[in-house]
Amino acid sequence: MNKTVSRTPGRTWRIVFLIALLAFLYLPILILAVYSFTTSTQIGAIRGFSLQNYVTLFTMPDLRNMILGTIVLAFGSALIATVLGTLGAIGSFYSKSRFSGAMNAINQIPVVNADVVTGFSLCILLVVVLHISKDTYFPLVAGHVTLCAPFVYLSVMPRIKQMDPSIYEAALDLGATPFRALTKIVIPQIVPGILSGFALAITLSLDDYFIATYTKPATFDTISTYVVNATKGAQTTIKTALWALSTVIFLIVVLVVLGMNIRAMRAEKAVKREHI
Amino acid sequence: MHFSRKSLGIPYAVFLLVFVVLPLLVLVFYAFTNGQGQFTISNFTGFFTDPNTLGTLFYSLLLAAVTTAVCLTLAYPTAYILGTSKLKSRSVIVMLFVLPMWINFSLRITALKEILTILEGNLAMYPFLNAVIGMTYDFLPFMILPLYTTISRLDGALTEAAMDLGADRTRTFLEVVLPLSLPGILSGVSMVFLPAMTNYVVLDMLYNSTYIMGSLIGSYFSAYDWHGGSMISLILLALICIFTLLTGGSEETARGGALL
Repeated sequence: MNKTVSRTPGRTWRIVFLIALLAFLYLPILILAVYSFTTSTQIGAIRGFSLQNYVTLFTMPDLRNMILGTIVLAFGSALIATVLGTLGAIGSFYSKSRFSGAMNAINQIPVVNADVVTGFSLCILLVVVLHISKDTYFPLVAGHVTLCAPFVYLSVMPRIKQMDPSIYEAALDLGATPFRALTKIVIPQIVPGILSGFALAITLSLDDYFIATYTKPATFDTISTYVVNATKGAQTTIKTALWALSTVIFLIVVLVVLGMNIRAMRAEKAVKREHI
Repeated sequence: MHFSRKSLGIPYAVFLLVFVVLPLLVLVFYAFTNGQGQFTISNFTGFFTDPNTLGTLFYSLLLAAVTTAVCLTLAYPTAYILGTSKLKSRSVIVMLFVLPMWINFSLRITALKEILTILEGNLAMYPFLNAVIGMTYDFLPFMILPLYTTISRLDGALTEAAMDLGADRTRTFLEVVLPLSLPGILSGVSMVFLPAMTNYVVLDMLYNSTYIMGSLIGSYFSAYDWHGGSMISLILLALICIFTLLTGGSEETARGGALL
């Protein structure tokens, strides 16, 4: 055992490698975070401390609207996608294999497809062929649901497969209606899959640029479309306010991930205690 | 009313038909017609005879290949070190590498752009290098995650057995560890290669004005040329199909696995 350890490349070198890579991933965000608290308009020249960027971020109507719009769009389409995808997975699981096979295959298309193609094809169908105005938000919401629902389906399906089918049968034998058996027996067992599907749907919607670009109303912006347009020569006040936005989002992500990890660790400990 | 569990799937089945299958059929129709609605293959032949579009295809493939190679070179050692370490806190360190994928990509590229501007002065001087750095920065977590998942599940007894039977470290790695981590490699490669051919925003934001396949669709969209854009989408779709078949269609495990 000692022999294998001594022959592996030095422990120090491995740590240096990992730290260098983490620096590559985090330094840009962290440096921007530092500068977001100053009056500097460029990286390099540190000026005085200021919260001006954060004030602008939350008071400028343009910025506030696009942040709220992004959040409402993400939660709305994630909700629709979760209902559709969950019911779809349940229905597909109990259907004949030919039907569920077809559904699995079609469900895979948006997953492997490039978002550019998904967005462009939806734009042609809904806007060019069916003449649905982008201003109705229908193409945008439909696009985001199309992006998210397949992932909900994929995260719910394994949970349904793990379920013990005899519990459902037992509920029916004991006189529950199929609907009651479904809501009281099936759904509670697949809740973890539904929740992770929902969370995944939100992150996909928040990160999307391409589908929104091809389907959104001209006057509406998500964070992604706004930032991309802003980099093409925006005012300095907006540019530096976006540094503040980047910092806020970074902190939220860190807190959420930290919270999830702590919860997972507690659950693990609880399980261990039960075993003792 | 009779209630059946099967019927629960109907809304989603209809949804998939309308918003996934139908758009693809419309795409095929538009790709093979012209502005007057007549059948034509000129969009198709046009793409493969125009040196500009062929150049775009070549540039996309080259950029995607280099980005994928760089990501794999950085991600494999990372996943290997983390996957084989016996540290108790390794899941936290893995989380550190994966966390950036939840921060909006356009904001992350903005941050990278500011740093690159300081380092290089004029971004336009190194367009290809910047595109590779930008894409690597964006996609690296998506390569690390599937690799780590595969490597951390490797049975340590197998590598020990190989060494006990006289294989040295290099041979054990090449003949045991590498083949067994192939599913993770394929999954990671498909997570990086395809987006690298299509995510033209990374190039735009870093002042690389060269077109990749995705930018062609964007430019046809801006010009309201639905027929030309449809053909590019179809060609891209064909490339994606070929690529997915080659890598065994393992993408969803990575993109979807982030939260599971």
